[in-house]
Amino acid sequence: MAAAPLTIRVQREDFDTQAAVHGLTEGRRDVGALVTFTGLCRDEAGALSALELEHYPGMAEAELKRIGEASISRFSLLGLTIIHRYGRMQPGDQIVLVAATAPHRQAAFDGANFVMDYLKTSAPFWKKEHAADGTEGGWVPAKDADDSARARWKDV
Amino acid sequence: MTRLVYFAWVRERIGKAEEELDIPASVKTVGDLIAWLPSLGEDYENALQFPDAIRAAINQEHVERDEPIAGAREIGLFPPMTGG
Repeated sequence: MAAAPLTIRVQREDFDTQAAVHGLTEGRRDVGALVTFTGLCRDEAGALSALELEHYPGMAEAELKRIGEASISRFSLLGLTIIHRYGRMQPGDQIVLVAATAPHRQAAFDGANFVMDYLKTSAPFWKKEHAADGTEGGWVPAKDADDSARARWKDV
Repeated sequence: MTRLVYFAWVRERIGKAEEELDIPASVKTVGDLIAWLPSLGEDYENALQFPDAIRAAINQEHVERDEPIAGAREIGLFPPMTGG
């Protein structure tokens, strides 16, 4: 059996979810479930005007590939696409896309969820906030909740 | 010479995104490196004053504090990640 297709993209430009999904399902008859997750820039109740996403070029791609391969093998996914943007985003802009396919829904949900939990804590991206009042809000601190979200995959 | 790269507030506080450094032989691990860099000046001291908050990568892979740095082409130092 051929390895499940894994697509990793780290880019400044916006992405088209439909096109990304098409690449996972086109010409296939074995896919029973497709789960997509899209992360967007939110305005924090009007306080935030923009987010600056910094990344470690080269390592960001390599780390997403390691996470993607782990998810494919753990959940027997049929395909997986991860797209993460960098640069300046405004509220409403898309930041990240994870699309996972599998024969059944549970694997597709878990596969996408696993990727996001690992991505949050180990893919080298950093967010800096710009406040709506024009001041530089500073770097977003890492959340303990993200570490816990990742840790739960160790127990199952 | 070893290439060091810095990101986010580590980069801002050190005041540069990357540099080539001649690291003394006594600096053997990532932990040693994080303890040695502040000797280069106030900016480094300021960037690394909370060593527990620093994450490291060698040749673009995450590593722990006890990882030897001998032979490393590139060492990255950065805060905990906040992508997604």
